[in-house]
Amino acid sequence: MTNNIKHHITDQLLMGYSAGTLPEAFNILVATHVSMCDECRAQLASYDSIGGAMLDTGDETLATLDTGSLAAVMERIENAAVTAKRAPAKRTGSTVPAPLSDYIGDDLTGVKWRHIGMGVRQAILPTSSQATARLLHIPAGAAMPDHGHNGVEMTMVLQGAFQDEDGYFARGDVETADTAVNHTPIADIHEDCICLAVSDAPLQFKGLLPRIVQRFIRI
Amino acid sequence: MVRIHKEKDRAAFAELYAHFAPRVKGFLMKSGADASLAEECAQEVMVTVWNKAHMFDASRASVATWIFTIARNRKIDALRKQRRPEPEDLTWGPAEEPAQADVIALQQESETLVRAIADLPAQQRALIEKAYFGDLTHSEIAAQTGLPLGTIKSRIRLALDRLRHTMK
Ligand SMILES: [Zn+2]
Ligand SMILES: [Zn+2]
Repeated sequence: MTNNIKHHITDQLLMGYSAGTLPEAFNILVATHVSMCDECRAQLASYDSIGGAMLDTGDETLATLDTGSLAAVMERIENAAVTAKRAPAKRTGSTVPAPLSDYIGDDLTGVKWRHIGMGVRQAILPTSSQATARLLHIPAGAAMPDHGHNGVEMTMVLQGAFQDEDGYFARGDVETADTAVNHTPIADIHEDCICLAVSDAPLQFKGLLPRIVQRFIRI
Repeated sequence: MVRIHKEKDRAAFAELYAHFAPRVKGFLMKSGADASLAEECAQEVMVTVWNKAHMFDASRASVATWIFTIARNRKIDALRKQRRPEPEDLTWGPAEEPAQADVIALQQESETLVRAIADLPAQQRALIEKAYFGDLTHSEIAAQTGLPLGTIKSRIRLALDRLRHTMK
């Protein structure tokens, strides 16, 4: 299930996900990748254990409890109906990992696409405004416009594959691009490529036409 | 934790409470909650600890780590108002008793990590504290060096692999 992933989530972003400081869009991508990747699942657990160690040892974080705090909790326990909320289990028949299917449904065929030019289609996920999450559908063999980045962009392949200046990315792989990266992702010829892309700042397109289009499509 | 889960042992829970509740409350205050919200959330976290004690797996996390993740989730809901989807559950179904050797090994790795963090230069420790308890953004978090993360990661990886294996 997880063996062929070659490009993983960066340590900074795993740590941010563990600490709980990422915007929603990034959380979706990290949770989706970890659902498919034991390597990152273990690394994430080790970042959680840093959080545990900080909590356990940090005298900095000691606060004085209210009087009767424990008694209040015991009373809550007596009265509470147990409603255990579990992490999502994979739905049978779903081709999309659970964290993502909450947003787009159980498979990629139900996505409501919008054309954004040059054969590329997108669907923006409803998330908080700090960052944007979108699905991109790139026809087999087609290219995304050459672009740079004002912030951090993460792209995870859900179907097919793409190639750019940084390497070859197949299902489950994540490319992390920042302000230092300019690239022209090209979809593999064998299959249309569908990616989940998240970014915390607009992309910078080189050509004039894409820059005009950009105002209308919120990339 | 075993006594809390299996025997609903209130004395064991009180002990856990005395250690962790003030820390969880402090953690939430550092993250921006005022004292009364932090008290409220800390109490909710400890209620969750009691209710979900059966889900704690000592071969995959220490008690402190497990409580940290519950407190972190509470913090996100109460303070940050960002949704944070959880990864899919692994597919091995209801867990059986973890192997005692895994539990002990994980404990040792956790203690090594605690010591390593305690031994860090003050400045670096402050940075990690800020990443977890403050509000460092992902672009402000530098790659962490000097922490023996590799060993605890392989320990966790091993536990995952074994669990997967027993299901086949
Ligand atoms: Zn990974
Ligand atoms: Zn890009």
